[in-house]
Amino acid sequence: MNIALSNIAWLEPFVKVAKGENVAQNVQLITKTIGIPLVGILVFLMLWSAAANSIDTSLGKFPGPAQVLEQSKNLLAEHFAERERAEAFYERQEERNAQRVKDDPTYVPKIRDYTGKNTYIDQIGTSLVTVLSGFLLASILAIPLGIVIGLSANLHAAFNPVIQIFKPVSPLAWLPLVTMVVSALYVTDDPVVPKSFITSVVTVMLCCLWPTVINTAFGVATIPKDLVNVSQVLRLNWITHVRKIAIPASIPMVFTGLRLSLSIAWMVLIAAEMLAQNPGLGKFVWDEFQNGSSDSLGRIMVAIITIGLIGFFLDRVMLRIQRSVSWDKSATLR
Amino acid sequence: MRGTKTLRRTFIKSALVLATGMATLISPYALAKDYPEKEELKFGFIKLTDMAPLAIAYEKGFFEDEGLYVTLEAQANWKVLLDRVIDGQLDGAHMLAGQPLGATIGFGTKADIITAFSMDLNGNAITVSNDIWEQMKPHVPMQADGKPVHPIKADSLKPVVDKYKAEGKPFNMGMVFPVSTHNYELRYWLAAGGINPGYYAPEKGDTSGKIKADALLSVTPPPQMPSTMEAGTIYGYCVGEPWNQQAVFKGIGVPVITDYEIWKNNPEKVFGVSKQWAEKYPITHKAVVKALIRAAAWLDENNNANRPEAVKILSKPNYVGADYEVIANSMTGTFEYEKGDKRDVPDFNVFFRYNATYPYYSDAIWYLTQMRRWGQISEQKPDSWYMDIAKQVYRPDIYATAAKELIKEGKLKAADFPDFATESGFKPAQVDFIDGLTYDGKTPNAYIDQFKIGLKGNEKP
Repeated sequence: MNIALSNIAWLEPFVKVAKGENVAQNVQLITKTIGIPLVGILVFLMLWSAAANSIDTSLGKFPGPAQVLEQSKNLLAEHFAERERAEAFYERQEERNAQRVKDDPTYVPKIRDYTGKNTYIDQIGTSLVTVLSGFLLASILAIPLGIVIGLSANLHAAFNPVIQIFKPVSPLAWLPLVTMVVSALYVTDDPVVPKSFITSVVTVMLCCLWPTVINTAFGVATIPKDLVNVSQVLRLNWITHVRKIAIPASIPMVFTGLRLSLSIAWMVLIAAEMLAQNPGLGKFVWDEFQNGSSDSLGRIMVAIITIGLIGFFLDRVMLRIQRSVSWDKSATLR
Repeated sequence: MRGTKTLRRTFIKSALVLATGMATLISPYALAKDYPEKEELKFGFIKLTDMAPLAIAYEKGFFEDEGLYVTLEAQANWKVLLDRVIDGQLDGAHMLAGQPLGATIGFGTKADIITAFSMDLNGNAITVSNDIWEQMKPHVPMQADGKPVHPIKADSLKPVVDKYKAEGKPFNMGMVFPVSTHNYELRYWLAAGGINPGYYAPEKGDTSGKIKADALLSVTPPPQMPSTMEAGTIYGYCVGEPWNQQAVFKGIGVPVITDYEIWKNNPEKVFGVSKQWAEKYPITHKAVVKALIRAAAWLDENNNANRPEAVKILSKPNYVGADYEVIANSMTGTFEYEKGDKRDVPDFNVFFRYNATYPYYSDAIWYLTQMRRWGQISEQKPDSWYMDIAKQVYRPDIYATAAKELIKEGKLKAADFPDFATESGFKPAQVDFIDGLTYDGKTPNAYIDQFKIGLKGNEKP
């Protein structure tokens, strides 16, 4: 029992209370780890609700927790309704295809994708795919670059100014350039992925490249002297030195960088989607703003909370990975 | 999530391919019917109620009936929409009537865009902010019940504009695009009240249209009109629905006049495609026009009986997305001016009656006369030039083919359409303008010469 649940740390006190071990101490632990955050959230909800009631916009009152809950339900219901419509669409299409084959045996039927709208859930999916693609691309470029820079003090000195200049650039500044370059270079008759997707991915990549580069370089540059000495005594060649010494030693710093990069990537993505009109959460927010219906503000708030939750979730996943690859188990990561 | 059904579909897909592959081997000379050359299409639109024929053709399955699989996509603004039609990202789009004409004569982006389907009549209005309305009100004639006499003329706005001018403050107003109906309607209304909306001079590189202007007009995308006026950047605007009713609901402005009162049953949006596209996919184009004609007919059927359902569809977030009540206000035959002053305007949105969908040459020529009047066309042109451009851009021939097929299929009656055998494409001389002038499409230069404010003959601004 204990072993099975040991992964879920917050459940442990409950199990112990249930078993009657150290009841008083564990109840205290529960209050601390769950009770206090819960109180924090409740107080926030109350303040939010009160504040929302007193803000009047031309689209009605600012959405409070109740409206947000209602709109989340609506969005979910719309998602399922749209799925049903998609099924009906495919059925109609099959019938039409069958009829056409009967009329014209030379016809090679084709099943076309559903032409209806992207639901909220679809848009979350698109956003996640976009952010992960951009992040992956950035990582593939940034980690090797960071290692190379970290190994040589001269290269570091050469690259550092460039990195420092590009690091603080906002995605909004990159976007026009990226859009034009993508339009110029990505020319196909039958694009596998839409242009707007490429634009968002590249923008995300450009913005989340830097933390990984800097941290990797720092990690590699600060490998403990002892390890470097060992490498020199063993006369390891460059490749082996990188593989056996530099990478393992710098892994914790690499992941610190990756974690920063991912959180930046997620923030950048929303802005990029808004401007590039790539179907995702950013576009959802923009479209709702344009619609200006009485539900719009509530829906935007749902999106904001979703964005926050996903960002939090992504960060936790990275933290998990970071913890498991970090050899310095004594360091507290939070 | 829809695993089994998807699987089944994949299976059917491959089975179909196999089966028909074999069928192809067996009967290679089977006769092909007139199937569309391109079946997967993407059309753009701007969030306005007059995109309704597209939404209805999609939702009611009229596109699918023609074997078309259409995706509808909202566009950020009119410029983006036009550019995407030109570079082929969109197969066609809900366009301002002036866009195909402007593109063809090279005002703005030069490209050959044609239209075979006119989407609606009327549907726009001019709204001013609450503050401007309060200043206008003392000059507006009132009825016995204290409500303003309609139509409200720009004469009552003139003292306000003069005051701003005397104080050295610019009087800014918004319209949606330089070649938009809204620009010409706003200009028509202002000029009829003695306010000069300014001239364009593209030959001198001036495309802002503010030369000698009393009121300065600038471009704002339709959905952003209310918030731009709320922010105080503009004092009023001319736009399509629901963005005038939105101002009433939000309590930020007062619509003063509908375009129906400026020019009764004026042509509004068109469905535009690039000429190249139309030549490459003639059967597809005809099929699209057929679906759109049916959608327009559905919208006006039984004395607007379907309008509430249409409003429900349009209020979905992926179409217009405004509240049901806001869209319903104008779509169901009423129009709310000052809050609470709701009046009947049964023809505020016309989609099919009065041959609304037929692309009349005379409509095209009216837009060209306004382009000349305000200097967008920089030099005097002979009447024959107007005729040539109208015939290049407006394609009643394609419309007639589509309509005749619908009649043959029994989906619509011959009486629903103009008599194609005798129709010349010119409406008889029209007199229902706010300034009382007469427009005859056959004599554009004579029409241009009637205006008090505007370029005449070979004048330059």
